[in-house]
Amino acid sequence: METASTLTDAGHWVTVIEKEAQVGGKLNNWSYLFPDFTPVEKIKESLREKCEKKDFTILRETEIQSVNRKNDKFDIDTSSGQKLEADAVVVATGYELFDARRKEEYGYKIYDHVITSADLEKLLLPNGDFTVAAGAHPKRIAFVHCVGSRDEKSGNQYCSKVCCITGVKQAIELKKRLPEAEIYCFYMDLRMYGKHFEELYREAQEKYDIQFIRGRLSEASEKIDKSLLIKAEDTLSGRPLKMNVDLLVLLVGMEAGKGTASAATTCGIECESSGFLKTADSFLKSNFSAQEGIFLAGSCTAPMSVNDTILHARSAAIEVDNWLKQTN
Amino acid sequence: MKDFGFTVIKQRTIDYDQFDGRLLNYILEMEPSFKVCLSCGGCTATCSAGDLVSFNIRRLNLMLRRGETVELESEIKKCMLCGKCQLVCPRGINLRNVIMLIKKSVAKHQTVNS
Repeated sequence: METASTLTDAGHWVTVIEKEAQVGGKLNNWSYLFPDFTPVEKIKESLREKCEKKDFTILRETEIQSVNRKNDKFDIDTSSGQKLEADAVVVATGYELFDARRKEEYGYKIYDHVITSADLEKLLLPNGDFTVAAGAHPKRIAFVHCVGSRDEKSGNQYCSKVCCITGVKQAIELKKRLPEAEIYCFYMDLRMYGKHFEELYREAQEKYDIQFIRGRLSEASEKIDKSLLIKAEDTLSGRPLKMNVDLLVLLVGMEAGKGTASAATTCGIECESSGFLKTADSFLKSNFSAQEGIFLAGSCTAPMSVNDTILHARSAAIEVDNWLKQTN
Repeated sequence: MKDFGFTVIKQRTIDYDQFDGRLLNYILEMEPSFKVCLSCGGCTATCSAGDLVSFNIRRLNLMLRRGETVELESEIKKCMLCGKCQLVCPRGINLRNVIMLIKKSVAKHQTVNS
Protein backbone atom coordinates (compact mmCIF):
# COMPACT_ATOMS: atom_id res chain seq x y z
CA MET A 1 0.00 0.00 0.00
CA GLU A 2 2.81 2.31 0.95
CA THR A 3 4.64 1.61 -2.32
CA ALA A 4 1.46 2.09 -4.32
CA SER A 5 0.65 5.34 -2.60
CA THR A 6 4.17 6.75 -3.01
CA LEU A 7 4.28 5.72 -6.67
CA THR A 8 0.90 7.34 -7.26
CA ASP A 9 2.24 10.55 -5.72
CA ALA A 10 5.12 10.35 -8.19
CA GLY A 11 2.63 10.31 -11.04
CA HIS A 12 2.46 6.63 -11.96
CA TRP A 13 -0.60 4.49 -12.57
CA VAL A 14 -0.67 1.73 -10.00
CA THR A 15 -2.78 -1.40 -9.59
CA VAL A 16 -2.60 -3.37 -6.32
CA ILE A 17 -3.42 -7.05 -6.55
CA GLU A 18 -4.52 -8.13 -3.06
CA LYS A 19 -5.11 -11.78 -2.17
CA GLU A 20 -7.29 -10.97 0.85
CA ALA A 21 -10.62 -9.15 1.05
CA GLN A 22 -9.07 -6.35 3.07
CA VAL A 23 -5.75 -4.61 2.60
CA GLY A 24 -3.17 -4.20 5.36
CA GLY A 25 -1.98 -7.78 5.46
CA LYS A 26 -0.72 -8.97 8.83
CA LEU A 27 -1.32 -5.55 10.36
CA ASN A 28 -4.84 -6.84 10.79
CA ASN A 29 -3.51 -9.38 13.33
CA TRP A 30 -2.14 -6.84 15.77
CA SER A 31 -3.71 -4.41 18.21
CA TYR A 32 -0.83 -2.28 19.47
CA LEU A 33 2.64 -1.88 18.02
CA PHE A 34 6.02 -1.94 19.75
CA PRO A 35 7.88 -0.09 21.11
CA ASP A 36 5.42 2.68 22.00
CA PHE A 37 2.04 0.89 22.01
CA THR A 38 0.79 2.80 18.97
CA PRO A 39 -2.71 1.50 18.24
CA VAL A 40 -2.52 -0.37 14.94
CA GLU A 41 -5.76 1.34 13.95
CA LYS A 42 -3.79 4.54 13.53
CA ILE A 43 -1.56 2.99 10.86
CA LYS A 44 -4.48 1.23 9.23
CA GLU A 45 -6.46 4.44 9.18
CA SER A 46 -3.65 6.17 7.33
CA LEU A 47 -3.51 3.27 4.85
CA ARG A 48 -7.26 3.42 4.38
CA GLU A 49 -7.12 7.16 3.72
CA LYS A 50 -4.42 6.63 1.14
CA CYS A 51 -6.53 3.95 -0.56
CA GLU A 52 -9.61 6.12 -0.66
CA LYS A 53 -8.11 9.43 -1.61
CA LYS A 54 -5.59 8.39 -4.14
CA ASP A 55 -6.10 7.35 -7.62
CA PHE A 56 -4.99 3.76 -7.71
CA THR A 57 -6.87 0.55 -8.26
CA ILE A 58 -7.09 -2.29 -5.74
CA LEU A 59 -8.17 -5.69 -7.00
CA ARG A 60 -9.26 -7.53 -3.85
CA GLU A 61 -9.48 -11.29 -3.42
CA THR A 62 -7.39 -11.60 -6.51
CA GLU A 63 -4.21 -13.53 -7.14
CA ILE A 64 -1.64 -13.43 -9.87
CA GLN A 65 -1.86 -16.27 -12.32
CA SER A 66 1.02 -15.44 -14.61
CA VAL A 67 3.55 -12.74 -15.31
CA ASN A 68 5.11 -12.74 -18.76
CA ARG A 69 7.65 -10.36 -20.12
CA LYS A 70 6.74 -9.02 -23.54
CA ASN A 71 9.27 -6.63 -25.02
CA ASP A 72 9.67 -4.00 -22.31
CA LYS A 73 6.34 -4.72 -20.64
CA PHE A 74 4.85 -7.34 -18.36
CA ASP A 75 1.62 -9.13 -19.22
CA ILE A 76 -0.18 -10.12 -16.05
CA ASP A 77 -3.13 -12.51 -15.80
CA THR A 78 -5.13 -12.54 -12.57
CA SER A 79 -7.25 -15.27 -11.00
CA SER A 80 -10.39 -13.26 -11.75
CA GLY A 81 -9.61 -13.14 -15.44
CA GLN A 82 -8.28 -9.61 -15.81
CA LYS A 83 -5.37 -8.95 -18.11
CA LEU A 84 -3.03 -6.16 -17.12
CA GLU A 85 -0.04 -4.60 -18.76
CA ALA A 86 2.69 -3.12 -16.60
CA ASP A 87 6.07 -1.44 -17.00
CA ALA A 88 7.25 -2.66 -13.62
CA VAL A 89 6.17 -5.20 -11.01
CA VAL A 90 6.57 -4.89 -7.24
CA VAL A 91 6.33 -8.10 -5.22
CA ALA A 92 5.01 -7.35 -1.72
CA THR A 93 3.66 -10.70 -0.57
CA GLY A 94 4.66 -10.28 3.08
CA TYR A 95 5.08 -13.18 5.49
CA GLU A 96 3.15 -15.89 7.30
CA LEU A 97 3.18 -16.53 11.02
CA PHE A 98 4.85 -19.75 12.09
CA ASP A 99 2.22 -22.42 12.74
CA ALA A 100 2.84 -23.20 16.42
CA ARG A 101 1.24 -26.64 16.07
CA ARG A 102 4.45 -27.71 14.39
CA LYS A 103 6.20 -27.24 17.74
CA GLU A 104 4.17 -30.04 19.23
CA GLU A 105 6.13 -30.23 22.48
CA TYR A 106 4.69 -26.85 23.49
CA GLY A 107 1.14 -28.14 23.09
CA TYR A 108 -0.49 -25.42 21.00
CA LYS A 109 -4.05 -26.52 20.09
CA ILE A 110 -3.48 -29.58 22.30
CA TYR A 111 -3.58 -27.90 25.72
CA ASP A 112 -6.24 -25.32 26.54
CA HIS A 113 -4.10 -22.49 27.84
CA VAL A 114 -1.30 -22.37 25.33
CA ILE A 115 -1.74 -19.41 22.98
CA THR A 116 0.40 -17.58 20.43
CA SER A 117 1.46 -13.95 20.45
CA ALA A 118 -1.08 -13.33 17.68
CA ASP A 119 -3.87 -14.84 19.82
CA LEU A 120 -2.78 -12.72 22.77
CA GLU A 121 -2.77 -9.59 20.65
CA LYS A 122 -6.51 -9.98 20.09
CA LEU A 123 -7.07 -10.41 23.82
CA LEU A 124 -5.22 -7.18 24.48
CA LEU A 125 -8.03 -5.19 22.92
CA PRO A 126 -10.18 -3.46 25.56
CA ASN A 127 -12.84 -6.19 25.53
CA GLY A 128 -10.36 -9.08 25.70
CA ASP A 129 -11.10 -11.78 28.26
CA PHE A 130 -8.19 -13.46 30.01
CA THR A 131 -10.18 -15.94 32.04
CA VAL A 132 -8.40 -19.28 32.09
CA ALA A 133 -10.27 -21.53 34.51
CA ALA A 134 -13.53 -21.24 36.45
CA GLY A 135 -13.65 -17.49 36.09
CA ALA A 136 -10.11 -16.97 37.36
CA HIS A 137 -7.46 -14.82 35.78
CA PRO A 138 -4.04 -16.37 35.20
CA LYS A 139 -1.76 -15.85 38.20
CA ARG A 140 1.40 -16.87 36.50
CA ILE A 141 2.13 -16.42 32.81
CA ALA A 142 5.17 -17.47 30.80
CA PHE A 143 6.29 -16.23 27.40
CA VAL A 144 8.42 -18.46 25.19
CA HIS A 145 10.73 -16.62 22.81
CA CYS A 146 11.99 -18.00 19.47
CA VAL A 147 9.08 -20.33 18.68
CA GLY A 148 9.70 -21.35 15.09
CA SER A 149 12.78 -19.14 14.84
CA ARG A 150 16.44 -20.03 15.32
CA ASP A 151 15.29 -23.63 15.32
CA GLU A 152 16.50 -26.33 12.99
CA LYS A 153 13.67 -28.59 14.11
CA SER A 154 11.16 -26.09 12.73
CA GLY A 155 13.27 -25.70 9.59
CA ASN A 156 13.97 -22.03 10.32
CA GLN A 157 17.56 -21.10 11.03
CA TYR A 158 17.01 -17.37 11.01
CA CYS A 159 15.98 -14.94 13.74
CA SER A 160 12.53 -13.44 13.18
CA LYS A 161 13.75 -10.19 14.64
CA VAL A 162 10.47 -8.88 16.07
CA CYS A 163 9.52 -11.50 18.69
CA CYS A 164 11.95 -10.35 21.42
CA ILE A 165 10.45 -6.90 21.57
CA THR A 166 6.91 -8.20 20.96
CA GLY A 167 7.35 -10.39 24.06
CA VAL A 168 8.48 -7.44 26.14
CA LYS A 169 5.63 -5.29 24.84
CA GLN A 170 2.98 -7.92 25.44
CA ALA A 171 4.37 -8.78 28.88
CA ILE A 172 4.00 -5.14 29.90
CA GLU A 173 0.48 -4.93 28.47
CA LEU A 174 -0.52 -8.10 30.30
CA LYS A 175 0.91 -6.81 33.56
CA LYS A 176 -1.05 -3.58 33.14
CA ARG A 177 -4.22 -5.59 32.70
CA LEU A 178 -3.43 -8.19 35.35
CA PRO A 179 -1.30 -6.43 37.98
CA GLU A 180 -1.43 -9.43 40.31
CA ALA A 181 0.04 -11.80 37.76
CA GLU A 182 3.67 -12.96 37.75
CA ILE A 183 5.14 -12.84 34.28
CA TYR A 184 8.22 -14.69 33.06
CA CYS A 185 9.99 -14.55 29.69
CA PHE A 186 12.06 -17.56 28.64
CA TYR A 187 14.67 -16.40 26.16
CA MET A 188 17.91 -17.53 24.51
CA ASP A 189 19.14 -14.03 23.68
CA LEU A 190 17.26 -10.76 23.91
CA ARG A 191 17.86 -8.79 20.75
CA MET A 192 16.80 -5.24 21.51
CA TYR A 193 18.19 -3.80 18.30
CA GLY A 194 15.78 -0.98 17.60
CA LYS A 195 15.13 2.52 18.77
CA HIS A 196 13.54 2.48 22.26
CA PHE A 197 13.67 -1.32 22.44
CA GLU A 198 16.31 -1.52 25.17
CA GLU A 199 14.48 1.18 27.11
CA LEU A 200 11.27 -0.84 26.96
CA TYR A 201 13.13 -3.92 28.20
CA ARG A 202 14.46 -1.90 31.12
CA GLU A 203 11.00 -0.57 31.83
CA ALA A 204 9.64 -4.12 31.86
CA GLN A 205 12.11 -5.00 34.60
CA GLU A 206 11.94 -1.76 36.53
CA LYS A 207 8.29 -0.83 36.45
CA TYR A 208 6.49 -4.06 35.70
CA ASP A 209 8.58 -6.73 37.45
CA ILE A 210 8.71 -8.91 34.37
CA GLN A 211 11.24 -11.66 35.03
CA PHE A 212 13.60 -12.93 32.40
CA ILE A 213 14.96 -16.47 32.53
CA ARG A 214 17.67 -17.51 30.11
CA GLY A 215 16.77 -20.91 28.79
CA ARG A 216 14.83 -22.50 25.99
CA LEU A 217 11.74 -24.45 26.95
CA SER A 218 12.12 -28.14 26.22
CA GLU A 219 8.46 -29.02 26.73
CA ALA A 220 5.14 -28.16 28.33
CA SER A 221 2.62 -30.60 29.77
CA GLU A 222 -0.91 -30.03 30.95
CA LYS A 223 -1.97 -30.89 34.46
CA ILE A 224 -5.40 -32.08 35.52
CA ASP A 225 -6.41 -28.55 36.55
CA LYS A 226 -5.45 -27.35 33.05
CA SER A 227 -2.43 -25.46 34.32
CA LEU A 228 0.83 -26.15 32.53
CA LEU A 229 4.08 -27.57 33.76
CA ILE A 230 6.97 -26.18 31.77
CA LYS A 231 10.58 -27.32 31.73
CA ALA A 232 13.67 -25.35 30.82
CA GLU A 233 17.20 -25.00 32.00
CA ASP A 234 17.95 -21.87 33.93
CA THR A 235 21.23 -21.65 32.04
CA LEU A 236 22.59 -18.82 34.16
CA SER A 237 22.38 -20.90 37.31
CA GLY A 238 23.11 -24.07 35.35
CA ARG A 239 20.23 -26.09 36.75
CA PRO A 240 17.07 -27.56 35.27
CA LEU A 241 13.99 -25.58 36.18
CA LYS A 242 10.31 -26.47 36.26
CA MET A 243 7.46 -24.09 36.72
CA ASN A 244 3.70 -24.27 36.86
CA VAL A 245 1.92 -21.59 34.84
CA ASP A 246 -1.70 -20.76 34.09
CA LEU A 247 -1.08 -19.38 30.64
CA LEU A 248 1.71 -19.99 28.15
CA VAL A 249 2.30 -17.53 25.32
CA LEU A 250 4.34 -18.67 22.32
CA LEU A 251 6.10 -15.84 20.50
CA VAL A 252 5.74 -17.16 16.97
CA GLY A 253 8.20 -16.16 14.29
CA MET A 254 7.84 -15.20 10.66
CA GLU A 255 7.98 -17.47 7.63
CA ALA A 256 8.03 -16.57 3.97
CA GLY A 257 4.82 -18.47 3.36
CA LYS A 258 3.11 -19.92 0.33
CA GLY A 259 2.16 -16.57 -1.19
CA THR A 260 5.79 -15.55 -1.51
CA ALA A 261 6.83 -18.96 -2.85
CA SER A 262 4.19 -18.87 -5.57
CA ALA A 263 4.99 -15.23 -6.41
CA ALA A 264 8.61 -16.29 -6.86
CA THR A 265 7.61 -19.04 -9.26
CA THR A 266 5.19 -16.84 -11.18
CA CYS A 267 7.68 -13.98 -11.54
CA GLY A 268 10.69 -16.21 -12.10
CA ILE A 269 12.64 -14.79 -9.17
CA GLU A 270 14.79 -16.59 -6.65
CA CYS A 271 14.18 -17.46 -2.99
CA GLU A 272 16.88 -17.87 -0.39
CA SER A 273 17.15 -21.10 1.62
CA SER A 274 15.04 -19.39 4.30
CA GLY A 275 12.22 -19.06 1.76
CA PHE A 276 12.39 -15.26 1.71
CA LEU A 277 13.03 -13.59 -1.63
CA LYS A 278 16.57 -12.99 -2.72
CA THR A 279 17.52 -9.36 -3.23
CA ALA A 280 20.03 -8.35 -5.92
CA ASP A 281 22.32 -6.88 -3.26
CA SER A 282 21.79 -6.66 0.47
CA PHE A 283 23.14 -3.14 0.85
CA LEU A 284 22.47 -1.14 -2.27
CA LYS A 285 19.81 -3.11 -4.10
CA SER A 286 17.57 -4.47 -1.38
CA ASN A 287 14.49 -3.60 -3.47
CA PHE A 288 15.75 -5.28 -6.65
CA SER A 289 15.25 -8.87 -7.69
CA ALA A 290 17.62 -10.46 -10.17
CA GLN A 291 14.97 -9.87 -12.85
CA GLU A 292 15.03 -6.50 -14.54
CA GLY A 293 11.80 -4.62 -13.79
CA ILE A 294 10.67 -6.83 -10.90
CA PHE A 295 11.06 -5.11 -7.54
CA LEU A 296 10.68 -6.33 -3.97
CA ALA A 297 9.10 -4.56 -1.02
CA GLY A 298 8.80 -5.44 2.66
CA SER A 299 8.80 -8.65 4.63
CA CYS A 300 8.74 -10.94 1.61
CA THR A 301 12.52 -10.34 1.59
CA ALA A 302 13.22 -10.90 5.30
CA PRO A 303 11.52 -10.72 8.70
CA MET A 304 10.79 -7.06 9.30
CA SER A 305 9.02 -4.84 11.80
CA VAL A 306 6.13 -2.62 10.73
CA ASN A 307 8.24 0.53 10.61
CA ASP A 308 11.04 -1.21 8.66
CA THR A 309 8.43 -2.53 6.24
CA ILE A 310 7.02 0.93 5.65
CA LEU A 311 10.52 2.28 4.98
CA HIS A 312 11.39 -0.60 2.67
CA ALA A 313 8.11 -0.09 0.81
CA ARG A 314 8.81 3.60 0.28
CA SER A 315 12.33 2.92 -0.91
CA ALA A 316 10.89 0.38 -3.38
CA ALA A 317 8.70 3.13 -4.78
CA ILE A 318 11.71 5.40 -5.26
CA GLU A 319 13.67 2.64 -7.00
CA VAL A 320 10.74 1.89 -9.32
CA ASP A 321 10.31 5.59 -10.10
CA ASN A 322 14.02 6.02 -10.90
CA TRP A 323 14.09 2.89 -12.98
CA LEU A 324 11.03 3.93 -15.00
CA LYS A 325 12.55 7.34 -15.64
CA GLN A 326 15.76 5.74 -16.86
CA THR A 327 14.16 3.11 -19.08
CA ASN A 328 11.28 5.01 -20.61
CA MET B 1 57.67 -29.90 55.21
CA LYS B 2 56.58 -27.79 58.12
CA ASP B 3 52.93 -26.95 58.03
CA PHE B 4 52.52 -23.20 58.33
CA GLY B 5 48.76 -23.41 58.13
CA PHE B 6 48.62 -21.89 54.66
CA THR B 7 46.99 -23.54 51.70
CA VAL B 8 47.75 -22.92 48.08
CA ILE B 9 44.57 -21.90 46.38
CA LYS B 10 44.13 -22.95 42.77
CA GLN B 11 43.66 -19.94 40.54
CA ARG B 12 40.04 -19.36 39.59
CA THR B 13 40.88 -17.42 36.45
CA ILE B 14 40.44 -19.22 33.17
CA ASP B 15 43.99 -19.12 31.88
CA TYR B 16 43.49 -19.20 28.14
CA ASP B 17 47.22 -19.31 27.50
CA GLN B 18 47.30 -22.73 29.15
CA PHE B 19 44.36 -23.96 27.11
CA ASP B 20 44.80 -27.39 25.62
CA GLY B 21 42.29 -27.87 22.83
CA ARG B 22 43.28 -31.33 21.67
CA LEU B 23 40.21 -33.10 23.01
CA LEU B 24 37.90 -30.30 21.82
CA ASN B 25 39.41 -30.31 18.35
CA TYR B 26 39.14 -34.08 18.07
CA ILE B 27 35.45 -33.94 18.97
CA LEU B 28 34.72 -31.03 16.65
CA GLU B 29 36.43 -32.86 13.83
CA MET B 30 34.50 -36.05 14.42
CA GLU B 31 31.19 -34.32 15.19
CA PRO B 32 31.15 -30.86 13.56
CA SER B 33 27.55 -30.22 14.66
CA PHE B 34 28.97 -29.64 18.16
CA LYS B 35 30.37 -26.30 16.95
CA VAL B 36 27.00 -24.62 16.73
CA CYS B 37 25.73 -24.87 20.31
CA LEU B 38 23.65 -21.82 21.35
CA SER B 39 23.80 -22.66 25.07
CA CYS B 40 20.01 -22.53 25.20
CA GLY B 41 19.84 -25.36 27.72
CA GLY B 42 16.98 -27.23 26.05
CA CYS B 43 19.08 -30.39 26.35
CA THR B 44 19.61 -29.98 30.08
CA ALA B 45 15.95 -29.14 30.62
CA THR B 46 14.77 -32.41 29.16
CA CYS B 47 17.70 -34.57 30.35
CA SER B 48 16.58 -37.77 32.11
CA ALA B 49 19.72 -37.82 34.23
CA GLY B 50 19.78 -34.11 35.03
CA ASP B 51 16.60 -34.34 37.11
CA LEU B 52 18.24 -36.76 39.50
CA VAL B 53 21.93 -36.00 39.60
CA SER B 54 24.03 -32.94 38.96
CA PHE B 55 24.58 -33.60 35.28
CA ASN B 56 24.48 -30.68 32.89
CA ILE B 57 24.96 -31.83 29.33
CA ARG B 58 25.01 -28.26 28.02
CA ARG B 59 28.07 -27.55 30.15
CA LEU B 60 30.10 -30.28 28.42
CA ASN B 61 30.62 -27.88 25.55
CA LEU B 62 31.82 -25.13 27.86
CA MET B 63 34.03 -27.51 29.83
CA LEU B 64 35.76 -28.59 26.64
CA ARG B 65 36.13 -25.02 25.44
CA ARG B 66 37.59 -23.89 28.75
CA GLY B 67 39.91 -26.84 29.10
CA GLU B 68 38.12 -28.30 32.13
CA THR B 69 38.70 -31.83 30.98
CA VAL B 70 39.48 -33.43 34.34
CA GLU B 71 35.85 -33.76 35.40
CA LEU B 72 34.63 -34.83 31.96
CA GLU B 73 35.25 -38.52 32.41
CA SER B 74 33.17 -38.79 35.53
CA GLU B 75 30.52 -36.39 34.18
CA ILE B 76 29.69 -38.36 31.05
CA LYS B 77 29.19 -41.54 33.10
CA LYS B 78 25.94 -39.95 34.28
CA CYS B 79 24.50 -39.89 30.76
CA MET B 80 22.03 -42.67 29.97
CA LEU B 81 22.22 -42.07 26.20
CA CYS B 82 18.43 -41.72 25.99
CA GLY B 83 18.79 -39.08 23.27
CA LYS B 84 16.03 -36.71 24.43
CA CYS B 85 18.55 -33.85 24.29
CA GLN B 86 18.92 -34.44 20.56
CA LEU B 87 15.17 -34.30 20.03
CA VAL B 88 14.88 -30.80 21.47
CA CYS B 89 18.17 -29.31 20.25
CA PRO B 90 17.37 -26.29 18.02
CA ARG B 91 20.69 -26.67 16.27
CA GLY B 92 20.43 -30.39 15.60
CA ILE B 93 23.57 -31.39 17.50
CA ASN B 94 24.28 -35.11 17.72
CA LEU B 95 24.92 -35.12 21.45
CA ARG B 96 24.91 -38.88 21.79
CA ASN B 97 27.83 -39.08 19.44
CA VAL B 98 29.58 -36.34 21.44
CA ILE B 99 29.22 -38.41 24.62
CA MET B 100 30.53 -41.52 22.84
CA LEU B 101 33.48 -39.58 21.42
CA ILE B 102 34.38 -38.16 24.82
CA LYS B 103 34.12 -41.64 26.29
CA LYS B 104 36.41 -43.07 23.66
CA SER B 105 39.01 -40.38 23.72
CA VAL B 106 39.17 -38.81 27.14
CA ALA B 107 41.88 -41.14 28.35
CA LYS B 108 43.89 -40.69 25.19
CA HIS B 109 43.80 -36.91 25.38
CA GLN B 110 44.52 -36.30 29.04
CA THR B 111 45.64 -32.70 29.05
CA VAL B 112 48.66 -31.01 30.52
CA ASN B 113 46.39 -29.38 33.07
CA SER B 114 45.03 -32.66 34.32
